Amino acid sequence: MDFDFSEDQRLLKDSVDRLIADRYTFEHRRNFMKEPTGWSAEMWAQYAELGLLGLPFSEDLGGFGGGQIETAQVMEAFGRGLVLEPYLATVVIGGGLLRHAGSEEQQAELVPQIIAGDLKLALAHIERHSRWNLNDVAVTAGKDGSGYVINGEKSVVIHGDCAGQLLVTARTAGAQRDHGGIGLFMVDAADPGVSRKGYPTQDGLRAAEISFANAHGVAIGDPGNALPVVERVIDEAIAAVCSEAVGGMAEMLAITVDYMKQRKQFGRAIGEFQVLQHRAVDMFANLEQAKSMAMYATMMAASDDAAERRQALSAAKVQVGKSGKSIGEEAVQLHGGIAMTMEYKVGHYFKRMTMIEQMFGSTDHHLAALADGNGLF
Amino acid sequence: MDLSFTPEEVAFRQELRTFFTTAIPQSIRTKVLEGQHLTKDEIIAAQRILNANGLAVVNWPVAWGGKDWTPVQVYIYQDEMQLNGVPSPLAFNTSMVGPVIAQFGTDEQKKRYLPAAANLDVWWCQGFSEPGAGSDLASLRTKAERVGDTWVINGQKTWTTLAQHADWIFVLCRTDPAAKKQEGISFILADMKTPGITVRPIQTIDGGHEVNEVFFDNVVVPAENLVGELHKGWDCAKFLLGNERTGIARVGTSKARLKRIRELAALEFDGGEALIHDRKFREKLAACEVELKALEMTQLRIVADEKNHAKGKPNPASSILKLKGSVIQQTTTELMMELVGPYVMPFAASDEGDGRNEAGYGPDYAAGTGPTYFNWRKISIYGGSNEIQRNIVAKAILGF
Repeated sequence: MDFDFSEDQRLLKDSVDRLIADRYTFEHRRNFMKEPTGWSAEMWAQYAELGLLGLPFSEDLGGFGGGQIETAQVMEAFGRGLVLEPYLATVVIGGGLLRHAGSEEQQAELVPQIIAGDLKLALAHIERHSRWNLNDVAVTAGKDGSGYVINGEKSVVIHGDCAGQLLVTARTAGAQRDHGGIGLFMVDAADPGVSRKGYPTQDGLRAAEISFANAHGVAIGDPGNALPVVERVIDEAIAAVCSEAVGGMAEMLAITVDYMKQRKQFGRAIGEFQVLQHRAVDMFANLEQAKSMAMYATMMAASDDAAERRQALSAAKVQVGKSGKSIGEEAVQLHGGIAMTMEYKVGHYFKRMTMIEQMFGSTDHHLAALADGNGLF
Repeated sequence: MDLSFTPEEVAFRQELRTFFTTAIPQSIRTKVLEGQHLTKDEIIAAQRILNANGLAVVNWPVAWGGKDWTPVQVYIYQDEMQLNGVPSPLAFNTSMVGPVIAQFGTDEQKKRYLPAAANLDVWWCQGFSEPGAGSDLASLRTKAERVGDTWVINGQKTWTTLAQHADWIFVLCRTDPAAKKQEGISFILADMKTPGITVRPIQTIDGGHEVNEVFFDNVVVPAENLVGELHKGWDCAKFLLGNERTGIARVGTSKARLKRIRELAALEFDGGEALIHDRKFREKLAACEVELKALEMTQLRIVADEKNHAKGKPNPASSILKLKGSVIQQTTTELMMELVGPYVMPFAASDEGDGRNEAGYGPDYAAGTGPTYFNWRKISIYGGSNEIQRNIVAKAILGF
């Protein structure tokens, strides 16, 4: 057992940490948010330059050949910076789907474009009544020559407004909640059959409602059985947001502790009051538990045993969801009024944590999934 | 970073598991797994088997029978003991007075006391808490006065666990009443047979007799029974309390209990349906497992990080092991109570005097459910209450 990073991993961590500390202050972020896309094209180019956009791809395709640990390091730093760019959507999820399901030709064509920073991707999966059930798909894909025609509506597509290509789950056979008969299709966002309505999310990121009317789709992987690969990539995404959340929680605790040392009421620092101290300690304990489970998620996301992997990732999501909620709420409460303002940083972490809790399945959703299994031990 | 155990560590675990499950009598291990009290003879028998195989005092210096194990090996040792219901070697001997004597004692004291403590030839108890000195231990008032070649001890200790079995006691005494709180305390050993020592049992809410009051009335012990420097007993106390860091989470114990609860939930019915099929029960079980898995990983992180922290200067995260571990252990007792339903109610005093239902009302696994729930409330109180643990972490992260 070894919790230390390799030399390469240490170098990667140092360079990402430095980039975020220098170039992603709260002030920078505020300006990035004002750009038309809602994020910074300049930072995206920086990520490309540092090799972050090629992180999980093989060296044959021009990538960095990194694994879950490298992704976790980047996401943790992005969590501290409250990064706005579509890294999760493009590299972790879109890239993951291509890596696990794309043909050699598809990968050879698309991956270099991602690595260069030219192509953004988004997974269009959620539907009006699907919530977080990955098998609940009503959008259809009908065979049309060598391709498919996609019809239906997708909701809350993270970074769906800026993606050049959309990865869409759609049904080629079966009933709405059948596990079989689901395919994954790539649809050009510029296709005349695609209409998108982009909007900001509560945490300052972006999403879109997207409808497909006879849009042309290309199958990625088996058009009749894409659910296992979608599940796998969502598990990788869960591991990634767990690490992102840990970065955000650690920052919230640090800011709160700092504030408690400086803010004076009743003639002394509020951090001298035991009732507040103990709440800060509970934040610390919840952060440590979340860190542990984010590591567990990072380790287990690479597991080939799907049942074991899904249980582990659900467990991690439960812990991170609970920790994030309590740390976020306590950070706001311990600050008092100042944390209620848009101009103070803590509220923005709290908002991001709250959205992460909703992504890829809420705490209750994953607790229910775990309860269906046979236990973690 | 590789979070899996090495093949050597896996083999090490297997070797210990084989030893524990073959050398330690099944009857003893079952009692531990079911949360029953062991008799004095059972505790002694188990420790002597461990000691004969070099496994009773692994945390001691090698010269006195310890092992030069890595922190991960120590963790595996504790985990396997707990998973298999092996009684931990008596903490008062092996993780309290033993390490203190090994660290602060004279050669004479080491020779006289350590081998006997390791083999449980001498049973030690802890004379720390007093009626007026609980969380604020340093306000203790039991005093030792130097008279010729002796110490004369007067005062009262309380919450003295298993003093009824003990041969010797280690006592924190005030030796300099004029000095500041922590600075006038000394660490002194006393034979429990010394005239003037009286043990009075305390019955706890589970009905059992684990703890006692110990009175000292002009108790005369030889001057050589002082351990470490005069007036420096607080250093021994701090060393002792900071010594046992990772075992305290009792992750293995909770893992074994949750596994057992899962098995037993197939045997209990509610509305004609086995409890294990009850969604709410399964979700509670799952929630507890998540906490425990997180704690297990936290413990491993702390274990792996030990090399980065000087001895006696633990990672502040280690206080979390107590904070979270105690609550998880208590949650398992609540789940168990929920599992047996009405059969938590019978209070049929056993030979041990506790409230175990040994008369056979309901299933046998229900017998200890109520008493264990009540008894285990102590876990968040002893060894520095959870509130004291929070004070320690607060000091580390806030500096106040």
